[in-house]
Amino acid sequence: MGGFGLYVWGSYGVTLVLLVGEVLLLWKRKRNIARRANPEIASGETQLNTSFQGIQ
Amino acid sequence: MTKQRINWYKYAAPANFYPLAGKLIPLFAIPAAVLFVWGMYVGFFVAPPTDAQQHEYYRIIYIHVPAAWMGMFLYVLMALYAGVGWAFNARLGSMMATAIAPTGAIFTFISLVTGSLWGRPAWGVWWVWDARLTSTLILMFLYIGFISLQSSIDDVRRADRAGAVLAVVGVINVPIIYFSVQWWNSLHQGATITARSFKMAPAMRSAMFIMVGACWLYSIAVCLVRVRHIIREREQEAPWLSESAA
Repeated sequence: MGGFGLYVWGSYGVTLVLLVGEVLLLWKRKRNIARRANPEIASGETQLNTSFQGIQ
Repeated sequence: MTKQRINWYKYAAPANFYPLAGKLIPLFAIPAAVLFVWGMYVGFFVAPPTDAQQHEYYRIIYIHVPAAWMGMFLYVLMALYAGVGWAFNARLGSMMATAIAPTGAIFTFISLVTGSLWGRPAWGVWWVWDARLTSTLILMFLYIGFISLQSSIDDVRRADRAGAVLAVVGVINVPIIYFSVQWWNSLHQGATITARSFKMAPAMRSAMFIMVGACWLYSIAVCLVRVRHIIREREQEAPWLSESAA
């Protein structure tokens, strides 16, 4: 990149991190919803030791 | 024989939109991934190596410009959905606005960061307080304000209405960003793409369109996923949810 690699790859790197991060956060949110709906089935825990999950 | 007419209004109900959105997501997500790869290939390997003034760092254009456009378009879309949700008391409209906000914010942030990384080698500075950069920063604050405002209000419908006011009032910023390079002396480059012309090498033009397409498809896919999460979170008590699979 003619010595400008930091700027070019930095730009695309930041983009990749943010977009992949967005998708991962959405996946995590889906897991939290499933866990709240069916705590025993989703996480394999019993009702006795299911802890409170904050809203994402 | 009577013609069967599709009642589109039925999709205004979250319960009906939820499965439709689920079916649509892969139709947008997969082409988005393909277009991203194709766009990067055209931008880096097909587009001309460099020109007399710009150096190789011009290639940041293929993410900077699409991200900036997405930040602006998504804000207008968000304001439209929020306005519809507010005016017609349509829950799903407000949910769509809430779903769009984080994606729009991320693209605006990407445009600011990539613009800064482009500005450093091109202009010698990471930032200037010129009209376009400043108004884009304001757009970023509007997104953050919208998200924060909605999450700070417990009553969901009140949060929707408050967010709608902010979104609709803030939409005036988008034409300001767009026309800023014409109205004020700006360090930022003027419009290359106008209604009359698109002054760019063909391969660059192609790469730009492909990346814009990729960003649009990605945004739609991600917003549909998010609105489904929002529907599930808000409609937890509803019978249609507890009856269907998780």
